[in-house]
Amino acid sequence: MKYIVNTNTGDYMKNYKYETIADKYGPDEHRGMNAIISFLVGGLIGLLGEGIIELICHFTNISRTDASTFMIIILIFIASLCTALGFFDKLVTKFKCGILIPITGFAHSMTSSALEYKNEGFIYGIGANIFKLAGSVILYGVVSAWFFALIRFLLGGI
Amino acid sequence: MLLFNSFIFCGFICMISQIVLDNTKLTPGHITSILVVIGAFLDSFSIYDKIIKIVGGGAMVPITSFGHSLAHGALLKTNQYGLVGILMGMFDLTASGITAAIIFSFIFTLIFKPKN
Repeated sequence: MKYIVNTNTGDYMKNYKYETIADKYGPDEHRGMNAIISFLVGGLIGLLGEGIIELICHFTNISRTDASTFMIIILIFIASLCTALGFFDKLVTKFKCGILIPITGFAHSMTSSALEYKNEGFIYGIGANIFKLAGSVILYGVVSAWFFALIRFLLGGI
Repeated sequence: MLLFNSFIFCGFICMISQIVLDNTKLTPGHITSILVVIGAFLDSFSIYDKIIKIVGGGAMVPITSFGHSLAHGALLKTNQYGLVGILMGMFDLTASGITAAIIFSFIFTLIFKPKN
């Protein structure tokens, strides 16, 4: 026996069901809340960075510019370790941009893409994919820095 | 005071990017790339150096400082080598960050297993 469906109502039901289900399980739209959380978490990471610099300057004889380099290395280390241990992704779903925009997001993107493709081998897995997301940051950073530095140089240098 | 300024500046950048992320179709990848370009632009007229003086370490933490360091290192080398200095000094200041990210992520990839 042939099963006949009225396509119009079928489509209608499909869309209707899809919308209700999507509304039920979709992300909660709390844009103001998201912005406040990002502000607080991003601010805390900035505070941590400045705090690390001041601690290094206080306890050693390292100059401030060198201390900021150490601070960036420490933050990258922490972010890579958290990603490898597996709980950085949970932090990203909670804190969103607050944790992706600081340099921690850069380290996270490299470690996570390397871990994800680890099974495909060293060359075509880790090697080919480690710069998957960080590559765009480096590419556009270098191109724009070259362009703006060229303009500055042609306008009369530093 | 620098601690407070760091909190405000870094939080402000994160908040702006979160608002852009929520209200447009841009992904986090787009936003980080745009921020790097903005950082390079701000450095090219020495605006970012003034921000770092006021804000301190908080200005070094967001990804904008990556673009700033790229352009800043390139401009510093132009004093010595002229036009070719832009190519020579591009990675001078960011070398530590990029190398650290590569080394740490490779070591941790070897040690740990991927988790879903």
